[in-house]
Amino acid sequence: MFKRIGSFLGALWRVFRSPSGYFSLGFLTVGGFIGGVLFWGGFNTAVEATNTEQFCISCHEMEANVYQEILPTIHYTNRSGVRAVCSDCHVPHNWTDKMARKMQASKEVWGHIFGIIDTREKFLDHRLEMASREWRRLEANDSLECRNCHDEQYMDFTRQSPRAAAAHQRGLVEGDATCITCHKGIAHELPDMAGVHGWE
Amino acid sequence: MRLFTILTCLTAFFLLALQSVASEGELDALRANVPLLQEPTPEPLYQVEDRSRRPVREYPMQPPTIPHRIDNYQVDLNANRCMACHARSRIGETQAIMVSVTHYMDREGNFLGDLSPRRYFCMQCHVPQTDAPSRVGNTFVDMSDLIRESRQRSE
Repeated sequence: MFKRIGSFLGALWRVFRSPSGYFSLGFLTVGGFIGGVLFWGGFNTAVEATNTEQFCISCHEMEANVYQEILPTIHYTNRSGVRAVCSDCHVPHNWTDKMARKMQASKEVWGHIFGIIDTREKFLDHRLEMASREWRRLEANDSLECRNCHDEQYMDFTRQSPRAAAAHQRGLVEGDATCITCHKGIAHELPDMAGVHGWE
Repeated sequence: MRLFTILTCLTAFFLLALQSVASEGELDALRANVPLLQEPTPEPLYQVEDRSRRPVREYPMQPPTIPHRIDNYQVDLNANRCMACHARSRIGETQAIMVSVTHYMDREGNFLGDLSPRRYFCMQCHVPQTDAPSRVGNTFVDMSDLIRESRQRSE
């Protein structure tokens, strides 16, 4: 019995070691190509599926807290009907950055399984920590996700209110501020801001 | 005959009451004089004014109006969006106008290090303005106009 399994595994290993001795070069090339397409397409489809709003709010932590808070804001409802979903702001669009973020996010799956923020009270207790992490991330990458849609290179300051134009000119063009420096709490409610720079 | 008089009086009283209700209806800001059983057509939402120049105060103690939109500004236990620009420590960076020093005073007149708790909720006194037409007339005269008029009269 063990002998038969051993000989079967041995045969499999020989095919794996040098498949060209058993299959034609054409079969291996075309098969490898089709296999690669299927794998790559499947992988990207799976990653894209985890980038949808439906996926994010399938966890009640997201649905009951942060999703409810974005509903009245301009990033959910506005005059032109263009809106941002979770991943537009929380996942980089660039592939390598996106993969890095997805790996970090596996820790959030851990948090979901072990119920770290599974009640409103726990969520509020962790809110400053989670918000600070996002602010740090956006400060570090110069508000990369904001700039997928908003970029001061293409802002027509003459179409902004004079106050907004002056502030953007001062902060973004001349200064070293980035979007998140001033625009905190625009899509979700703020945690206790005592001690956060600019809010004391 | 007596009954007839009472009925006439009651009818007259009822009609008068109706009329007074109708005339009050003209000032009805909530239903705009539309009877209760009818569905009123809501007015359009008016634009909130957004100006870079400070509006003049109508009288010296008037809380200045907010000259910009404040949609979704969070003012609660956790954060005060207004003070993120208008606080004493923030105006250098934001170039906003500092809230008056009276906002740092308690009711005994002692100066505090931070915003006085009784002044925390800005929108209790300061409100943005829209371009909505005014519903009622207004005969308000600026105090300085009154002084100027009386001075001209005495000359």
